Amino acid sequence: MVLSVIALVSALGVVLSKNPVTSVLCLIVTFFTIAGHYIMLNAQFLAVVHIIVYAGAIMVLFLYVMMLMNLNAELEPQKRNWLKYAGAISGGALLVVLVAALRDASMPAISTEASEMGLIKNLGQLLFTQYVVPFEVSSILFLSAMVGAVVIGKKD
Amino acid sequence: MPVQYYIFLSIALFCIGVMGVLMRRNAIIIFMCIELMLNAVNLLLVAFSKMWADAGRVDAGSAQLFVFFIMVVAAAEVAVGLAIITMVYRNTHSVDINILNRLKN
Repeated sequence: MVLSVIALVSALGVVLSKNPVTSVLCLIVTFFTIAGHYIMLNAQFLAVVHIIVYAGAIMVLFLYVMMLMNLNAELEPQKRNWLKYAGAISGGALLVVLVAALRDASMPAISTEASEMGLIKNLGQLLFTQYVVPFEVSSILFLSAMVGAVVIGKKD
Repeated sequence: MPVQYYIFLSIALFCIGVMGVLMRRNAIIIFMCIELMLNAVNLLLVAFSKMWADAGRVDAGSAQLFVFFIMVVAAAEVAVGLAIITMVYRNTHSVDINILNRLKN
């Protein structure tokens, strides 16, 4: 419960803060709370990978790009304020519609007992036997993404 | 613990992400909101996998590996997307997406 409140507040901080660096820090807090939820859902390996990949790699990449661009105190043009309200209203309308649609759905409850499935031993067994082809495909995806990023980011 | 709790949390996070994409002009913040939406969906996938694994229908491992592959794709996407944003900044000296409404000239 506390984790969820922190997640929602920091997610709002991402959207509403003026300073992009504050947004990044709020997003890191959100990712940590989501990792806490993963641990509560018996997905320990996912929680650790989530922290390493998102808070460790992706957010550092964001901060680097922000540092390179030097837009700490960048002023976003604030004209056309109605567009902002339109965005907020349509997002809120989506929230209302989804909550209203799913409020009465009946689903089985989540039990709180621990299971061993989220540990790295079982997941690794599954990853290298049943899902070995997607694993290799994702490695090719990473290679092509790396080459693409270098080609795009290169000074021409 | 009812699974509705996680559903509503994920919906709220996803809608905050949508709101951010619609409201903000800064390309980097829009990108971060897309990450937030991806994470909301991941959280919901893990919650549902736990729910159906408790009901005995599926094994939770497959769903968790699915989330793992989503993270892989998100990481690749961030690398390419930040390279594109850097190139846009180098060409226009701004990350305001309104400048990009005409991709010609």
